[in-house]
Amino acid sequence: MSVAKSLPHDAARLHVTGTARYVDDIPTPANALHLAFGKSTIARGTINTMNLKEVKNAPGVVAVLVADDLPFANDVSPSAHDEPMLSDGSVHYVGQPVFLVVATSHLAARKAATLGQIEYVEETPILTIEDALAANARFEEGPRIYEKGDAKAAINAAARVVEGTFEIGGQEHFYLEGQAALAFPQEGDDMLVHSSTQHPTEIQHKVAEALGVPMHGVRVEIRRMGGGFGGKESQGNALAVSCAVAARLTGKPCKMRYDRDDDMIITGKRHDFRISYQAGFDETGRIAGVSFMQYTRCGWAQDLSLPVADRAMLHSDNAYLLPACRIESHRLKTNMQSATAYRGFGGPQGMIAIERVLDHIAHDLGKDPVEVRCLNYYAARGDGLGASGGDTSNQNEDNTTPYGMEVEDFELHGMTASLLESSDYAARRAAVAEWNASHETVKKGLAFSPVKFGISFTLTFLNQAGALVHVYQDGSVHLNHGGTEMGQGLFQKVAQVAASRFGIGLEAVKITATDTAKVPNTSATAASSGSDLNGMAVKAACDTIRDRMAEFLAQHHQADAETVQFANGRVTVGEADYSFAEAAALAYQGRISLSATGFYKTPKVEWDRIKGHGRPFFYFAYGASITEVAVDTWTGENRILRTDILHDAGASLNPDLDIGQVEGAYVQGAGWLTTEELVWDEAGQLRTHAPSTYKIPACSDRPDVFNVALWDGENPEETIYRSKAVGEPPFMLGISAFLALSDAISACGDSYPALDAPATAEQVWSTIQRVRNGV
Amino acid sequence: MLRCSTAFSCQITVRLSNVMLQTGSAFLSMSHRRETRGDARVKRRVLNMDITFLLNGETVELSDVSPTMTLLDWLREDRHLTGTKEGCNEGDCGACTVMVTDCDGAKALNACILFMPQLQGKAVRTVEGVSGPDDELHPVQQAMIDHHGSQCGFCTPGFVMSMTTAHLNGETDFDRQLAGNLCRCTGYAPIIRAAKAAASQPVPVWVKDAGRRVVDPASTPQNQPPYAPDNSDALAALYVANPDAVLVAGATDVGLWVTKGLRDLGTVIFLGNCADLKTIAIDKDTVRLGAMVDMNAMGAAINDLHPSYGEMIRRFASVQVRGAATVGGNIANGSPIGDNPPALIALDAVLHLRKGDSRRSLPLEEFFITYGKQDRRPGEFVEAVSFPRQTDRLKVYKLSKRFDQDISAVCGCFNITVEGGTVTAARIAFGGMAATPKRATAVETALIGQPWNSDTIGTAQAEFDVDYRPMTDMRASARYRLASAKAMLARYYADDQGELVSVLEVSA
Repeated sequence: MSVAKSLPHDAARLHVTGTARYVDDIPTPANALHLAFGKSTIARGTINTMNLKEVKNAPGVVAVLVADDLPFANDVSPSAHDEPMLSDGSVHYVGQPVFLVVATSHLAARKAATLGQIEYVEETPILTIEDALAANARFEEGPRIYEKGDAKAAINAAARVVEGTFEIGGQEHFYLEGQAALAFPQEGDDMLVHSSTQHPTEIQHKVAEALGVPMHGVRVEIRRMGGGFGGKESQGNALAVSCAVAARLTGKPCKMRYDRDDDMIITGKRHDFRISYQAGFDETGRIAGVSFMQYTRCGWAQDLSLPVADRAMLHSDNAYLLPACRIESHRLKTNMQSATAYRGFGGPQGMIAIERVLDHIAHDLGKDPVEVRCLNYYAARGDGLGASGGDTSNQNEDNTTPYGMEVEDFELHGMTASLLESSDYAARRAAVAEWNASHETVKKGLAFSPVKFGISFTLTFLNQAGALVHVYQDGSVHLNHGGTEMGQGLFQKVAQVAASRFGIGLEAVKITATDTAKVPNTSATAASSGSDLNGMAVKAACDTIRDRMAEFLAQHHQADAETVQFANGRVTVGEADYSFAEAAALAYQGRISLSATGFYKTPKVEWDRIKGHGRPFFYFAYGASITEVAVDTWTGENRILRTDILHDAGASLNPDLDIGQVEGAYVQGAGWLTTEELVWDEAGQLRTHAPSTYKIPACSDRPDVFNVALWDGENPEETIYRSKAVGEPPFMLGISAFLALSDAISACGDSYPALDAPATAEQVWSTIQRVRNGV
Repeated sequence: MLRCSTAFSCQITVRLSNVMLQTGSAFLSMSHRRETRGDARVKRRVLNMDITFLLNGETVELSDVSPTMTLLDWLREDRHLTGTKEGCNEGDCGACTVMVTDCDGAKALNACILFMPQLQGKAVRTVEGVSGPDDELHPVQQAMIDHHGSQCGFCTPGFVMSMTTAHLNGETDFDRQLAGNLCRCTGYAPIIRAAKAAASQPVPVWVKDAGRRVVDPASTPQNQPPYAPDNSDALAALYVANPDAVLVAGATDVGLWVTKGLRDLGTVIFLGNCADLKTIAIDKDTVRLGAMVDMNAMGAAINDLHPSYGEMIRRFASVQVRGAATVGGNIANGSPIGDNPPALIALDAVLHLRKGDSRRSLPLEEFFITYGKQDRRPGEFVEAVSFPRQTDRLKVYKLSKRFDQDISAVCGCFNITVEGGTVTAARIAFGGMAATPKRATAVETALIGQPWNSDTIGTAQAEFDVDYRPMTDMRASARYRLASAKAMLARYYADDQGELVSVLEVSA
């Protein structure tokens, strides 16, 4: 079977030879046109006059469109219809698309787009949390509140209390391939759109609305993205719709790709948060109650902010049983880019806050934070399969999350013990203390952090997927499903599933571009769900064909269909032995349909997001990491020295690809919490809109020593080959890097180093000053 | 043959516009200035140039090339070689990395800020030209597959080109070689594994372009704009005659005027053929660096003389940018955050300027007058910079959000001489602390003549408040900049006492 094998990415050879084709690489006819947005230069106000004469007269310009020129819907929102593609006269952030240039080249379009003369009536922008609260500028009528027990009473009754406020920065996706779309007008009113998108069906839907046609008039195709990370879940709508509208108007293929600066200025990023906490606990460190106040700046449009903020609430417990808990979440509307999906989807922000609480408790008690963490863990899963050495004594007691979901698959007791041992934690903890006692300038820090991440879309109906599989008469297989490939290796994993079902080699399976005409009504490839959903849908499709073949061959040989075997490229029926190709040819000649769709919907999930109660997740994925850092206490400069990770991918479909996800996610997570700083100025203008000013980790920022292993377990739930989702969960392993910095700073003084994120050198330095001054 | 992009655009526009007008679509806005642009086209054509170079081993001859057409755009849009990717269009991500070979050897360069005329007489190899004639993979390609070095694959061609160039040149310090290539998916670990795995494999014969130059770049000097003089005398004459021309050295800064500023540069003089400006002369008294010495070459030369400066140059941009960026350009652009000027000022450097046949020299620090204004007259250019040979007392401390390939928030350069326990001389200069690279004269004064001890350091630190009023921007706050400058003086002292002062020297 090809599942569980560490095969390379299906496109690896194409990648390394430069022949992997991305949207901007698709050959276009010489008459193709190119698009660029003219952008607003103020954060809030209304357009008084718009003089686009120079734009229209610029070399190469074919057309210039404003909102009134759009034939049908002027909306690219994925949720609330509150996101006009071109300004409707009001302006909500610096960089908002105001007009659309159609020109004969990308450069001509970009140049012309700078020539608009727009006069605004400016209003004071709402930029900060304070601004938004004062103006009551928010999404939803008021805060969402999830509660378990009486947190306030529990905290009041507790022996000890810690409290604090924590600023958590946003994050730019910085997919290496910027947003791109290409539309080819077809006969009639039909449109073919190539879009670098995680959500082809959403693109299809928005393009259809914009063209005034049913969804059947639009076909969206995407073979691969050059990275997505959530940034291509909704942010590609504007480009695809622009291309389609312009293509309809001109009758010519139209392409749009954002220049990197435009991409960073126009598109949404990870939500930043401010989280205040209050936690009551006993002298051992056992938590009695926690209260969180979460504020997040959602930007100007709703986009996906509600489920993002929900997921932040849903990860406020992380790995810890909170007997009483209250989470209040404010989704604030600000005059900035509309914050959007980003790997973890709010989970990381919620999770790092409870990790801060655990750290703060340990500091308050003078205990090793690992001890306090383990003390507060959920109870281990009770089926005896996992959790070697886990505490199962309180099986009959409360083991529910703050949203009322029973934690049935908790793996972290065993994983933690294993990682502490493999990383030599205890000895290194002592070595770090010794180093810090003997070094004045450069301090070291060491920290452990666990991850428990909920798997499923919290919008329950999205937990479905479809697939389309053909077996041709020569035994080759055409594989298609609704998931999209953004580098995560989904296509390869799913192809491994298909090959396994038919018992054939991977070379017989053709992976094909995601296409709304092949599989309809797909969910975004998001929420780490790609393999879980599409793997199962493909399995269903393959099994349908396999069963038909088996039945046919069984009849042919007067055997029981159950006895037909598909393995090693052969199909055996009793004494008869065919190659898969021969079997396919026979079935074809026997007039057996060798094409099937497959469908899957995740079982067990049900969720009331208003009440904050139910089972939003099918299962949890777990991980644990330990990071060691060094900090220059004079300048705050810091780096990661060593990282050890143990991650739970269930029974992995492809261990090497999963390890690749873990390594990459950790570095991306550490980047979020260290060097990646988004800076807006007082006028609401983003000042960090290029790699010259926004610093994602570079090669030498990865840990010097980087040990990553997969936990040897399997998913107790019936997922595809008992694997677990792996896209998002390991992102939060980066939290250990942040906590290690905090640990290093704690060597500079007695007070708790309430470090904010991102922990840039300046942020670390500034915190050291406070700790040294005892505040 | 290549057509000027503007001309191309015009033709297309005329044709499309006619179609548009016929369709009579109500919400299309047409251009009505076609005739005017037709005139511009004729004028522009005179300014274009002919170039010849090797592309993946085959000779390419182009006429009428726009002087600011980038190699990346030409590859992707004209040649339809789409393996080379645009990630940022400013030389900061490396997705467009190509290998360029000339008589000095093979370099990895960013195609997005490389103008076509800079390729005259050179050999360019793109990712499409790395596999063998029968599609045999290059060892780095195979290793990238075997070690899962690609995920989304978009940065991969750039990595492959940096790795191929490093492999060809026998470079194995991979963190340095790949600092200019960003990857958002892998976390780099598998890429480094791949680079290590490929290192011991032989260099395939097909990637060797050295000695295969098709044309001597100096044999075809351009006597009409855009100019490409082949020596500094010719440059001097040209620049006096065209004082408004834009000088293009490595285009790592000017490139962005075009790709980001969307500027039309007007008359351009390319300096890349001026071989006599690429000399590094080190005698017993003086080190003299020609203006066109690239930053990799400078780093190699400076490393033995002043290792701390060499270490700073290692962190200065990336291999690709340093391979194009020049000593002269880094000074002449007058940036307050360029990393060379403060280090050179601390070394007591002298700037050598030339205008026509007249030359003058001045202390480098005097060249920087105010923000955006330097002591450079129309038609005058930087010929060289020199500094005296001296006992190495220089320490250069670069502070940035990210260690590699980041612009300094503060770059502190200290050259303090201590004799018999007393400070006898001090030259301290900073980048990022003022509108120009600037000396810390008050700090220097507080040090000179004083005993070399921590009390003196403490006293002198306070003088930074006199020397500098730094600004707050997206890189750092004023408060942090000032505190860091003070910390750097303490670090210099501790460093001098043999203490551990850098997190870069610590391991787990």
